[in-house]
Amino acid sequence: MTTSASLANQVAVVTGSGRGIGRAIAEALMKEGARVVISDINEELCSKTAQELAAQGGETLSAPCNVTQSESVAKMVETVMAKWGRIDILVNNAGITRDNLFMRMSEGEWQAVIDTNLTSAFKVTQPVLKIMSKQRSGRIINIASTTGVHGNFGQVNYAAAKAGMIGFTKTVALEYASRNITANVVAPGFIDTDMTRALGEEIINKYVERIPLKRMGTPDDIARAVCFFAGPGAYVTGQVMEVNGGLYT
Amino acid sequence: MEEKEAFERVKKVAVAQLNVNGDEVTMEASFTKDLGADSLDTVELVMALEEEFGMEIPDEDAEKITTVGEAVKYIASHL
Repeated sequence: MTTSASLANQVAVVTGSGRGIGRAIAEALMKEGARVVISDINEELCSKTAQELAAQGGETLSAPCNVTQSESVAKMVETVMAKWGRIDILVNNAGITRDNLFMRMSEGEWQAVIDTNLTSAFKVTQPVLKIMSKQRSGRIINIASTTGVHGNFGQVNYAAAKAGMIGFTKTVALEYASRNITANVVAPGFIDTDMTRALGEEIINKYVERIPLKRMGTPDDIARAVCFFAGPGAYVTGQVMEVNGGLYT
Repeated sequence: MEEKEAFERVKKVAVAQLNVNGDEVTMEASFTKDLGADSLDTVELVMALEEEFGMEIPDEDAEKITTVGEAVKYIASHL
């Protein structure tokens, strides 16, 4: 890594970075010079991804974490601090879907998504902000969804969690602006990952027809937006950037 | 704990947390009025004191601590 890279020497934690969008984000931050913490609930995937990214010439650390459990989060943060002693960038990316039409949705499906996609941001951001606050610098980037902005059939739980994340981010942005810490949201639209591939070809094709740019987004498209918010220049905070191929519904 | 020891340690924490000179930290000094703490600083200062002294300071007690002296007396009487 060259020292002229925009994120040289910075430490970035990306939750849910074993695969999919999280992995692409971690890889992109690494290419900008950051030391990246690969964190995922799946331990095996975590260390595999950390090794694979390190093989590309960057510095990585595998720190498995269940973002729904405070003790697990505390352990992850401790591991990072023991190794690198600081956290400059936090990307709250970990998330799940449990889709169902509202009338059929069980309380379990509702709660699992709220816990994993929203309460997790509370649990992870609090200890990390403490560190950033002492440093008097930091970048928090929360991965929400266009579903949280516009709603989506069968995703009342996901929409509520992601909309909650947007309000969360805007408030953290206000409270911590005086500490030179910015907080922004990247809201992906229809992105090609394991999560969306599970929807099946028919639904995917229907979606793509409606997207002005006529293709699904890629994890790299999301990673580029994250790199913008993670980078130098801090006059953008509390912002929601939709990365959606032009589909604003 | 002796107030003298508590004062020295509170002073150390305040200097580190609020980026002030040691001689500004007197028993009478108000964290917000004299030492320039804002609302976030106040929260972080209490967390730093909890860490320094290995104790829990409940929110309702923390609200009443506005000066260095009040912090010192609170800590001295609870440890």
